[in-house]
Amino acid sequence: MHSMLKASIAALATTAVLTGGALADGHGEKLSGDLKIFLDTSNPAPRATMEDMIARFGEMHPDLNIETTIIDREAYKTQIRNFLTANSPDVATWYAANRMTPYVSAGLFEDVSDLWAEEDIATNLASTKGAMTIDGKQWGVPYTYYQWGVYYREDIFNELGLEEPTTWEQEKANCQAILDSGRKCYTIGSKFLWTAGGWFDYLNMRTNGFDFHMELARGEVPWTDDRVRATFANWRELIDMGAFIDDHQSYSWQEALPFMVRGEAAAYLMGNFSVPHFREAGLTDDQLDFYQFPAITEGLELAENAPTDTFHIPANAENKDNARAFLRFVVSADNQTLINNGENLGQLPVNASSSVDNDEFLNQGFEMLSSNSPGGVAQFFDRDFPAEMAAEAMQGLQEFMVFPDNLDDILTRLESVRARVY
Amino acid sequence: MTVATVPDMNPPRRKSFYKRNEIALTPWLFLAPGILFFAIYVIIPIFQSFNLSLYAWDGLGEARYVGIANYQELMTDRAFEVSLWNNVKWLAFYLLAIPAGLFIALFLNQTVVGIRLYKSLFFFPFVISQVVVGLVFAWFYNPSFGLLNTILGWVGLGPINVLGDPTMVTYGIIAAGLWPQTAYCMILYLTGLNAVDPEQIEAGRLDGAKGFRMLWHIILPQLKPATFICFVVTIIGALRSFDLISIMTNGGPFGSSRVLSFYMFEKALSEYGFRMGYGAAIAVVLFLIMLVFIAYFLFSMFREERGH
Repeated sequence: MHSMLKASIAALATTAVLTGGALADGHGEKLSGDLKIFLDTSNPAPRATMEDMIARFGEMHPDLNIETTIIDREAYKTQIRNFLTANSPDVATWYAANRMTPYVSAGLFEDVSDLWAEEDIATNLASTKGAMTIDGKQWGVPYTYYQWGVYYREDIFNELGLEEPTTWEQEKANCQAILDSGRKCYTIGSKFLWTAGGWFDYLNMRTNGFDFHMELARGEVPWTDDRVRATFANWRELIDMGAFIDDHQSYSWQEALPFMVRGEAAAYLMGNFSVPHFREAGLTDDQLDFYQFPAITEGLELAENAPTDTFHIPANAENKDNARAFLRFVVSADNQTLINNGENLGQLPVNASSSVDNDEFLNQGFEMLSSNSPGGVAQFFDRDFPAEMAAEAMQGLQEFMVFPDNLDDILTRLESVRARVY
Repeated sequence: MTVATVPDMNPPRRKSFYKRNEIALTPWLFLAPGILFFAIYVIIPIFQSFNLSLYAWDGLGEARYVGIANYQELMTDRAFEVSLWNNVKWLAFYLLAIPAGLFIALFLNQTVVGIRLYKSLFFFPFVISQVVVGLVFAWFYNPSFGLLNTILGWVGLGPINVLGDPTMVTYGIIAAGLWPQTAYCMILYLTGLNAVDPEQIEAGRLDGAKGFRMLWHIILPQLKPATFICFVVTIIGALRSFDLISIMTNGGPFGSSRVLSFYMFEKALSEYGFRMGYGAAIAVVLFLIMLVFIAYFLFSMFREERGH
């Protein structure tokens, strides 16, 4: 017993020394030369966060000449194809999982498995390793992620005497009570399609489980499968109840916010990025709360969506050593704590040694993802499914939400797309 | 038999090649820059598109030759069919801008105090950007706060969601497009009306023509050049109706308001697209449709030229 304790302490001490050593190494060595960074963080808050982070990195390496270019988030999605092939930066932002595939298979992203082999990263970033892995190698590092779930009007729930549901039956009972009070259960704006993808993600993961959802994403299961139909049948129950707001196909996700702010709808299945919008619109933390999407099939392990934003090194980059140092800095515990706090990105840090900012929603999200998502963590519909499949499918999902009777037609169409895409 | 020719001791001074062909060459020299850029930016890309439409290419990796597979897929692609029909609707209904423009022009072609102000107010929608027109109409149609449903409510109708209903959405966008296009046709007709010969009107009046007969037999024939230009700009406007769709519906709901140009963009260049070959095939079809009109316009202008 005594010797075991001693051994553990010794082991701990060694780890501490090693980590300390690695840290000192990363910080002590002064970099020089150039570092060209391309960012898609064009919204004001993330932009300021990133600029500040790069400035801090620059202070540590005064001889390093850093050049930052910030590109509009939407435009970036098409421009990345050009700048990865010609005139590459040394570091570029992108998204995890399947969204990396086109660039990985075209050989445009640098394999950074060596970074992931480093003790510090291997232990602290283990939870996101899967999302960064294609063909057994890692192609970048994450810098932030956020939870999805049901954001709801706590005051309306209190008024009607409802509780956060944990089962599908409770969910539907709640919804019926909300409908009876003259409100809609859920607001959604499906004009730009992806919000419907979020609903499908959750319904499918809860009906058939994470593994099935991923099989579908990889094209291994036909869309006409009975299990997929079961997911749509569950969805249809809500649609037939009139749970969703009318005319959602005409609204963007922001345009759907006022329905909940005005109290015409009670809940919104969304990502955590919606919280600042709710707060700006005047909802206090007493009025707004969060719950995990309830279980549908009993006994299935719950799985969550947690989209991850990432940094990559283009294969054609010129200063790969500097870029690696920058990536190490981005994922380091202190930096992760800082850039993800409420004043900056307001999201979850990817480093397990970082601390989560004390925010009602971040705490709940962190809690949910770290202890109540045993099934797995998905990225998001349009990041897990190949782009072409996602585009066609989300269109079908929107059509289903408006005309549920078209389901057979939609599924046959999606099945023919699946046959072509994979 | 030999013939001894005495060489000409004083040959006429040979002019340079350019001097000898000056008349024939000079126009081409002046045209050269234009031809060069037209070739680089228009003609060659047309053939490149034709070529690209025979490949499967994601814009990054190797292009793979697939023959006419892209076109075969188009034949069975329902989204393509919808887009094609929407293009036909655009072509047909957008032409309403011509009679509407003529009507407003006739109405405004009078001398009252402040007519210039009225004219500029009517011309106003053409001056503002298509994006703004799209936004204004999207708000007008908005099912939760739009003016349209309020107005319909007064007469006990509605509510309707124009941009959310796959059967109405294209007509809703065309209506938005007609607003600036009518103004454009109006201004073309107003200038045309200035050139109408008052003596012919006088003569017609003496012969007892008035109202519609006057318009049809005396005024309209004189407005033929204006009508032709209106037709040209409206057809072109209908075929490149991209911005309104992008702003108002983004092609939705579920793709029912797409036209060929928007579908091509979505397949080849948008966030989830990058099927360059397939996009090129759509572009080729759109080009062939345009070619019909281009040929007609060129033929009309050619005939006009020869007439003089």
